[in-house]
Amino acid sequence: MSFKRKDLLGVAVLSPEEMALILEAAEPFKEVSGREIKKVPALRGKTVVNLFFEPSTRTRTSFELAAKRLSADVVNFSPSSSSVVKGETLLDTARNIEFMQADILVLRHSSAGAAEILAKNSRLSVINAGDGWHEHPTQALSDLLTIKEKKGQVRGLRVAIVGDLAHSRVARSNIHALTKMGASVRAVGPPTMIPLFLQRLGVEVFHDFDKAIAGVDVVIMLRLQLERQGRSLFPSIREYARLYGLTAERVQRADKDVLVMHPGPVNRGVEIAHDVVDSGSAVILDQVSNGVAVRMGLMYLLSQRN
Amino acid sequence: MANDMKILIAGGHVVDPGQWNGIADVLIEEGKVSAVEPNLQQKFQGSMALTTIDAKGLIVCPGFVDLHVHFREPGFEHKETIATGSAAAVAGGFTSVCCMPNTQPVNDSRSVTEFILAQAAAARKARVFPIGAITKGSKGEELAEIGELFDAGCVAISDDGFPVMNSRVMRRAMEYASAFRLPVIDHCEDAQLSRGGSMHEGAVSTELGIPGIPKAAEEVMVARNISLAELTGSRLHLPHVSTLRSVQMVREAKAQGLPVTAEACPHHFSLTDEAVRSFDANAKMNPPLRTDEDVQAIKEGLRDNTIDLVATDHAPHAVQEKQLEFDAAPFGIIGLETAFPLTLNLVEEGILTLEQAIAKLTREPARVFGLSHGTLAPGVEADVTLIDANAAWVVDPARLHSLSRNTPFAGWTLKGRVVKTLVGGKVVYDCEPVIREKR
Repeated sequence: MSFKRKDLLGVAVLSPEEMALILEAAEPFKEVSGREIKKVPALRGKTVVNLFFEPSTRTRTSFELAAKRLSADVVNFSPSSSSVVKGETLLDTARNIEFMQADILVLRHSSAGAAEILAKNSRLSVINAGDGWHEHPTQALSDLLTIKEKKGQVRGLRVAIVGDLAHSRVARSNIHALTKMGASVRAVGPPTMIPLFLQRLGVEVFHDFDKAIAGVDVVIMLRLQLERQGRSLFPSIREYARLYGLTAERVQRADKDVLVMHPGPVNRGVEIAHDVVDSGSAVILDQVSNGVAVRMGLMYLLSQRN
Repeated sequence: MANDMKILIAGGHVVDPGQWNGIADVLIEEGKVSAVEPNLQQKFQGSMALTTIDAKGLIVCPGFVDLHVHFREPGFEHKETIATGSAAAVAGGFTSVCCMPNTQPVNDSRSVTEFILAQAAAARKARVFPIGAITKGSKGEELAEIGELFDAGCVAISDDGFPVMNSRVMRRAMEYASAFRLPVIDHCEDAQLSRGGSMHEGAVSTELGIPGIPKAAEEVMVARNISLAELTGSRLHLPHVSTLRSVQMVREAKAQGLPVTAEACPHHFSLTDEAVRSFDANAKMNPPLRTDEDVQAIKEGLRDNTIDLVATDHAPHAVQEKQLEFDAAPFGIIGLETAFPLTLNLVEEGILTLEQAIAKLTREPARVFGLSHGTLAPGVEADVTLIDANAAWVVDPARLHSLSRNTPFAGWTLKGRVVKTLVGGKVVYDCEPVIREKR
């Protein structure tokens, strides 16, 4: 089986076979990143444009390193504002990039669906690097790779995703990825952070973290967007940390080999306690390494198609 | 065609709701309907002063009346003008349209109302009835000069697009307007509950990660407005009802004899929030597309007359505005040229009879705003629409008459086509040549 898609817009549309294919493609590139000379010629002569409408250091850097290690030429384009403000539409921006003969466009945008609109109207291969609250597929695929490496397989695992699921693209992509691969997923957070009908995505909803964490194999903590305080989603950081923060004590309730994950950047002492971040259960930095490998694998597959 | 000529619309199936439903001829003299009878043609055999329009195989009905359009002039002429909007109206069979005041400047004064009427007269297509603002600048604070708006020709008042959030202001507006028997229309939306939302809040918005507008944002305001109608005795008209509970509340209010009327838009009974899955901003309007249970409730409301009428909420936006990211694109779709066939679908589905469907587009809206149109009664202005109910056509946005193209029905095959439209006895739209060319 080969990867037939022009774009990677989300996990919702991927089959388990396609996800497995991307993870397989990523594996050999892990070794490349460990070499003295971290470079292979797979994308030599190709141009990758990172178009980031939202500030992001880690995702953009990860994509940039992935492309460079594949020998692609990489350009970072970070317009300071969205199209509404700057007057040029997103589509016109993308068409300009297309006619500079770029091959892969990596898009981060604050609007759900931005990557899909662009992919439909352009010959470029579009990788969604996060669109509003919708999807962040490469993050979910990296997390899948990390879980697979540490646990052997994903099927049958119990995974808790904790925090503000309503406003999280990482949560949506992870829910799709994990449920499609046969894990059972618990969504945990205050009702203000659990969107309506989330159960229809195949998850079980909990508001009591202590109950939800019992016996789980993986805990994925979501970053708390501190600026949302005061918008009635939660009364105070103090109360949020007490009810939904991952403490060493809570980790004890999970399976003894539990993996603690976080897409970063971490608010130490808020959603996750300082000592948990640095404990043996945490695989947060493995997620980061795997992120580069998955993005290399994905760009390799997309370029093979051309 | 001069007004003093006699016109005979011959041999069509005349549907004049409550008056006539069967084969008949319609005689028009001096721009007014003078008779609707079978076999009128024989009486005028050989008469020189008669123009005959052959309507065999066509439905002949009163010109449609739309209580809810946005013609964007003055201020947003790149989206629609009164001339292009009127052309779209008559192409869709609408001979009377009521335009909302959310222009720039807002229609909160005699001068804007008079400007709209003058532009409409110059366009010589549909009759345009301005709706005045409830508050100055539609800011929701001070009452507009409602008496002057009434004198200038406004047929209702609304701050459409800007819900009147202050319930005290709304109460006073309803009390004051009742002196002129002006219907008050409130776009029912709690702006705090809907803030930031772009689509219906439900399973689809959860999946797509698009900020949602809960049904409650509409329903709390429907409830408030019904209570205020009871308190003030004012005529309340509820536009674009989109939820099951809203329909239930209107039904209950009517059962209590409150002076409440309601409208539904074709998109709200033809589409659900599933249409948003492609992130196409042409599926973005306010109130948003809801769920199947709401669609069914609206159909039931139309069937049992809880919902009095069909209105389009024709809301043109330029192509480049609708090409934006879903959350950045403006709310609204055009509707004048697709409203009739979408309403005719309800006849196919067995929800309405043909006569009822036509009543929801003619007699009922005219009654709600007290307009002397929407009927073929002898003596009224001869506003007549001729329809081929069996003609199927594919919606091609580029061929519509509106200046804008923002329709979610592009590519749909619709059944039912307006063939000719007369306003005051003059043919203002005629697509027979187009149809013939296709044959």
